[in-house]
Amino acid sequence: MRKPFDLEADYQPKDFAFTPKYKKKTAEIIANYPKGRQQSAVMGLLDLAQRQVGDEGAKADKPYGGWIPKAAMDHIAEVLSMPPMKVYEVATFYSMYNLAPVGKYLVQICGTSPCWLCGAAKIKKVCEDHLGIKLLETTEDGLFTLMEVECLGACVNAPMVQINDDYYEDLNEEIMIKMLDQLKAGKKITVGSQTGRKTSMAASGPTSLMEEAKKAKVI
Amino acid sequence: MLQDKDRIYTNLYGFESFSLKDAQKRGDWDKTGSFVKKGADWIINEMKASGLRGRGGAGFPTGLKWSFMPKDSGKPHYLVINADESEPGTCKDRDILRHEPHKLIEGALLAGYAMGAHAAYIYVRGEFYNEASSLMIAVKEAYEAGLLGKNAAKSGWDFDVYVHRGAGAYICGEETALIESLEGKKGQPRNKPPFPAMAGLYSCPTTVNNVETIASVPTILRRGGAWFAGLGSDEKNTGTKLFCISGHVENPCNVEEEMGIPLKTLIETHCGGVKGGWDNLLAIIPGGSSTPLLPKDVCDDIKMDFDSLRGAGSGLGTAGVIVMDKSTDIVYAIARLSMFYMHESCGQCTPCREGSGWLWRMMMRMVDGNATLEEIDQLWDVTKEIEGQTICALGDAAAWPVQGLIRHFRPELEARIMHYRKQAACAA
Repeated sequence: MRKPFDLEADYQPKDFAFTPKYKKKTAEIIANYPKGRQQSAVMGLLDLAQRQVGDEGAKADKPYGGWIPKAAMDHIAEVLSMPPMKVYEVATFYSMYNLAPVGKYLVQICGTSPCWLCGAAKIKKVCEDHLGIKLLETTEDGLFTLMEVECLGACVNAPMVQINDDYYEDLNEEIMIKMLDQLKAGKKITVGSQTGRKTSMAASGPTSLMEEAKKAKVI
Repeated sequence: MLQDKDRIYTNLYGFESFSLKDAQKRGDWDKTGSFVKKGADWIINEMKASGLRGRGGAGFPTGLKWSFMPKDSGKPHYLVINADESEPGTCKDRDILRHEPHKLIEGALLAGYAMGAHAAYIYVRGEFYNEASSLMIAVKEAYEAGLLGKNAAKSGWDFDVYVHRGAGAYICGEETALIESLEGKKGQPRNKPPFPAMAGLYSCPTTVNNVETIASVPTILRRGGAWFAGLGSDEKNTGTKLFCISGHVENPCNVEEEMGIPLKTLIETHCGGVKGGWDNLLAIIPGGSSTPLLPKDVCDDIKMDFDSLRGAGSGLGTAGVIVMDKSTDIVYAIARLSMFYMHESCGQCTPCREGSGWLWRMMMRMVDGNATLEEIDQLWDVTKEIEGQTICALGDAAAWPVQGLIRHFRPELEARIMHYRKQAACAA
């Protein structure tokens, strides 16, 4: 599931260039690949462009989240000596590149079967009801965009959502509402399990690694 | 049942930090250079003796795979590590990346040396931002301690490790799609041959291995292939395995267990049992979403290893065990997987691109029973038009869950159709 985008839309800025902070990071990424293979860095640079836009959006009067304007794709094509079309191909193929503006908090609800078995549909509904938007919509204040995504690979901590870079796991409806309210109030929320569970260990306590657990004072 | 003394992943849950200091206390990076000095043949022979089969899903013998790398190609060789973990039900590599990254990096050096590679790329799924960050910190620590770079770990071998982040595409877990993606292209699988061992990354000899496979290597070499081979059900299903048990169990968790542990023991020992008790079990998906489901009567005494599960018409896959109790709408649970495969089809081969959508639409009608009895056979036919007709295994993976449903739950599909027709007749 991805937001529809339009490369000719009014929201597209005319220009894009990496700021010095991000320019340094582009050089680090390009250096990871052999000479002449700089095209390999295209995914990393698209990600950096999205982060730079997100940094600007976090400070804006009406906040917004990271996304990749067409001007950024063209700039990356130039930096990596690639035809722009090759950059568009990559940007449109992978689901994590937002090609249209999104909210400051991109709430991605995992909806695939392991999460669905544990109540993902309820999490989706409570998000829609509480924020007053449907999937792929953004709240008026620019804070939240909702999406349903495919398996995020945290199945033993289902149901879960990803908000921007972080995973929030072991959810239920009340916890989800509380999380959204805290984000809205500008408060930080704990990343990971929301029930205080130790990562992927059984919630009732360890069934293996008993000495290690004792040493770590888990039991 | 695996004893604590035989576990590889002693920091699976992150009781301690992932830092080099703590990792070395746990035994990582011990005598690494001396293993390299014993030579590539020694490493490959130990791996063959261990019986380790690839932990990414296909279960191909690891030592044999490494031996396919050419000896004198005149080109650079590459080790590519597949950390694009996204098979529904699977979340084991995530724990290695965030809690045991040094096992992976040490394994990369040993495996890389054995196949003549001076560089490894670790392709981490984009959503695992924090996990990739931990891994990058661990790589930096290894460089600073002289464990990577020139004369890595005083082995006499130069070795570099690079972390490459993906950006959300299940298909990049397929090895040739992953290579395309690493080259900065759309992740669409390549035709084979040529196999990656001949022409992979940048047309150079390449081996792609799963995270768990590579991270198991240092411990196997330290304790000996014979130790690993002594665990498990038989000589073809050896060692330890990370299992991820999700869905309707009291305590879902990841756990390292012995290959071949009975499913029931796995669930009752580590997960507090099925919700509502064992008799409340409806079915399980044993090895990630691509493997066909198994009904309860098969689950009663099935062993969790490659060959036992293949014998039952399914597979060990990634060992992502999805448990479904009797409250489950089993038809929707599988239909949701069809949606997953429709979403993740890369669009290259027509049978998969079009067929995965057909499967989802037909399955959604089966959920309501809004179909005819003949359409069950038609649905089966559609899966057969996809299976084996595509460049990569995503087509097969889309077909198998639906086949598993028809094979074991046909009466349920028929009952829904009859019920729907009865309702429609009453309304008329």
